[in-house]
This record gives sequence, structure tokens and C-alpha cells, in this order.
Amino acid sequence: MSGTASPEPKISVRNLNFHYGKFHALKDINLDIATREVTAFIGPSGCGKSTLLRVFNRMYALYPNQVATGEVLLDKQNILDRRQDLHRLRSRVGMVFQKPTPFPMTIYENIAFGVRLHEHMGKGAMDDRVEAALRQAALWDEVKDKLRQSGMRLSGGQQQRLCIARAIAVKPEVLLLDEPASALDPISTLKIEELIYELRQNYTIVIVTHNMQQAARVSDYTAFMYLGEMVEFGDTNAIFTNPSQKQTEDYITGRYG
Amino acid sequence: MDLRYLRRRVTNVFNLGMAVLTTLLGLFWLFWILYTTARYGYHSLGLRLFTQDTPPPGAPGGLRNAFVGSLIMIGVGIVVGTPIGVLAGTYLAEFAGRKRIGEIVRFFNDILLSAPSIVLGLFVYSVVVTTMGNFSGLAGGLALAIVLLPVVVRTTDEMLRLVPSTMREAAMALGSPYWRVVLQVTYRAARSGILTGVLLGVARISGETAPLLFTALNDQFWSTNLARPMANVPVTIFQFAMSPYSGWQHLAWAGALVATLAVLGLSIFSRFLIRQRNN
Repeated sequence: MSGTASPEPKISVRNLNFHYGKFHALKDINLDIATREVTAFIGPSGCGKSTLLRVFNRMYALYPNQVATGEVLLDKQNILDRRQDLHRLRSRVGMVFQKPTPFPMTIYENIAFGVRLHEHMGKGAMDDRVEAALRQAALWDEVKDKLRQSGMRLSGGQQQRLCIARAIAVKPEVLLLDEPASALDPISTLKIEELIYELRQNYTIVIVTHNMQQAARVSDYTAFMYLGEMVEFGDTNAIFTNPSQKQTEDYITGRYG
Repeated sequence: MDLRYLRRRVTNVFNLGMAVLTTLLGLFWLFWILYTTARYGYHSLGLRLFTQDTPPPGAPGGLRNAFVGSLIMIGVGIVVGTPIGVLAGTYLAEFAGRKRIGEIVRFFNDILLSAPSIVLGLFVYSVVVTTMGNFSGLAGGLALAIVLLPVVVRTTDEMLRLVPSTMREAAMALGSPYWRVVLQVTYRAARSGILTGVLLGVARISGETAPLLFTALNDQFWSTNLARPMANVPVTIFQFAMSPYSGWQHLAWAGALVATLAVLGLSIFSRFLIRQRNN
């Protein structure tokens, strides 16, 4: 299945195959990720949704036995190309992980760390950037008086918003969210979802979730994956109200997964 | 049915009792050692111990030259052993990972870790002392560095591998080159653990006698010249305790007490660091 979204897709996946050693994890994936919209990947554990996400910033390249073949076009440029600079790519495609991963440094430094990797700026400009990122991540009011405190002393939900702030401070174009709320309590989850809703005005967002209600709430497009294949992809409303594939219907009605 | 639960309770009490007893047995020897050291060392404890050098038999004196000599050689050991150890441990944890070369280096490091320290002393004797032509503080410091090295390699390796890989991935995902991830993220996360390892290693080398016998030997007089034989606490304790002179024997006990307290202090300090990290 392949879907066509808005006129100019931010990311186009063409005949993507992925192997963990001998295991064939993604099979002939084709899909377009719409610019400044939220696309959700759903499916049972092990279906390849996180694997697909980790192709978009080539996170898998850290591990020598993981291989992707095919094409992934970011603004029409194939990021799987050997000549693609990974640091540059990751400054354009940010990522937030399932478990909050604050670095062992202050809240301020957590955010400045990523910015300094790509830009040189004075203290004033950095202060502004840190504040803007924290505001965008809806964390500013809670931490503005303790920017010099360790980021690891925040609550789980705050840590995750810190990680989001850290990712957007680098000014990426795409934001990859790998089950960003699955380790959080319901109130923190709600905050993250509201945040995603805000962020879609400026960023192209791809979110992996095993929570179908969450996908229905936050996303514009939904892709259902099963056993490494893209079973169905399309408008979120259509997928949830009128799926065209039996497998999709079985999954979202809770018959398996 | 009731019998089964009764049996479980009895078994529980029995096993708990045995565990407590064996713990007490271990502590008993430890406290006996501490008590004996304190009891015999207490007499010669005083300002003189730190202001006067080792005396001839029958004369009053202290252990100043031995303390200073030990500190200098431990310092050499730290300066030489720590950077090499930290860098090697970093290589193992961050770059060699589960590769074959990493396993091989770890294996040989473990051999070095469990090698009798007298063998390391002999090695330094044959390489440094015979080349320089005489025993020296430098040779002693190098011998201590070789004892310290595998401890530092191992703790650095283990502490860095305790840092969750998700933290490295998160830093990489921001577009960081790997060397910056190591320097700015994983080192920070493992900092206090590595420091603790170094401190425990220092505690270990401060009591080492065998590697110093063949290298620094000993010196009855004040000397800070690294090219000459150098006084040190463990060998002085050994010589004085074996002597027939009661003045020397008392000094040996005092030296043992101070060395024990110093090591105890280091251990407590490293515990404190571990607690700091957990907070």
C-alpha cells in the first residue's frame, strides 16, 4: 500500500527494506510523510514501526549489522546515500525516545548541548534559544527558576518535555517521536499530546505509538504495520472509521495485537 | 498443611541465623585487626610521628620520611596509572564493545589485575632498576602504577558500560559526533563511579609492600629524590616490626594504624561519592 498525502511530501519512502543481520524487518515499504502534519505508525509489538522511524534519522547506522536498502527521500534527497552526512541529517531530523533521557547536566546545559553542536552563538542568544525551546515544550514556567539544576531531578513527564525542548532547540524540520508518552502517567501524557498538537504548526511530526486512541487523537495520517509490512496508510479518520483492510480492522477493534 | 508452613518458618529462621552468624564472624576478624592495630599503635601516635624521620634503634623518632615517600610514590602511581587506565577503559567500553579485540584486552587486563604484586615488582626491577643501576622512588612509583592500572581500566570500563545506551543514542540523535558524546555525556554520567574506582585503587596501592621491596627499597633518611631509594610506609613497617627493638616495633604499629585509617578514610570518601551520585 502506498498513500499520497499533501502535494509536497517531506519524506518519501521508496521500496525500503531493512535487515537486522538476517532478519528481514521491513519489507518493501512505500509511503509519503506530509509536510507539517502528524503521521502516526501503529501496529503490534515487533511490527517494525520503530525500525522505520529509526531509518529517518539513520539511528540504525550506529549498529553495524543493521542495513537499510531502497530510498528515503528527505526533500527529494536520498538520505540513505553513503555521502549523506549523519550529523547534518540529525540536525534536520530530531528524535525523542520512549524513555526520557536527560543528560547528566543542568537543564540549561541539556538544551545548549545540542545547539552548540551546530551553531556558535553568544551567551545572550543562547539564553534566548533555551527559553524559546522550553516555552515551545511547555516547560518554561515549571523550570525557569531552576535552570541550573540537574535535568535528572525533574519528574518523568518534565524530563520527557525537556527532551522535546532539547530536540526542537536544534531547529529541526522533522521530529520523530518513538512512543514518547508510553512511560508517562495520564496527565503527563495529555500534556505531551497537547504539545504535539501545538508543534505540528512548525514541524513535520512522525510518532510511533502502541496506543490507538493516542494515534486517533494526535495524528492526521496513520500507517498500520504488521510483520514488517505496511498494511494500510491513509487519513487517520478513514483508517479508524472505515479501514479497507481486514487486518487493520481486526487490530483497531482489539481482536489481536 | 500447617506443617509445611511451620517447616518454612523454621528453615527461614535457620538460614537467617546462619547468615547473621557468618557476617558476625567476618566482622569479628576485621574488628580484631582494627583493635590490635589501634591498641599497639596508639602509644607512638603523636605529633612526633609526622615531624621526625625514622630513628636509629633506641632513639626517639617518627615516620615522616616514610609517609612523604609513600605519598610521592603513590602520586607517581596515580599520575602514570590513571590516565592510561581511564583511556584504556574508555576504549574498551565505548569503542571495542563486544568486539573480539575488546574481549581479549579485558581478559589480559583481568590477568594483570590478579597477578601477584610481587611479580609486578620483579618486572619493574628487571626493567627499571637494573637499567638505572639502583633502587629508586621512580621505580617504586611505576610499580604502583602497574598495580593501579588494571583496577582503573576495569572500573572505567564497567562504569561506562553502566551508562544506558539510550543516553548515547539520544546524544547521537542531536547530531553529536561520537567523541563529544563520550567526553560530554557518558563521562559525566560515569564520573563519580570512575573516581570511586580510582580511589579504591589508590587505597589498594597504599598498602602494597611487595612491589616496593624490589624497586624503591627503603631509606632511613629524608629524601625526595625520585632517582634514589625512597622511604615508604609498608617496607618500613615490615623492617621495624621484624626488628628486636621495641621503639621500632611501636613505630611499626603506629605506621600500620595511620595507614589503616588513611585507607578507611579513602573508602568512606568513595562511599560518600557513590551516595552523591545516587542522589
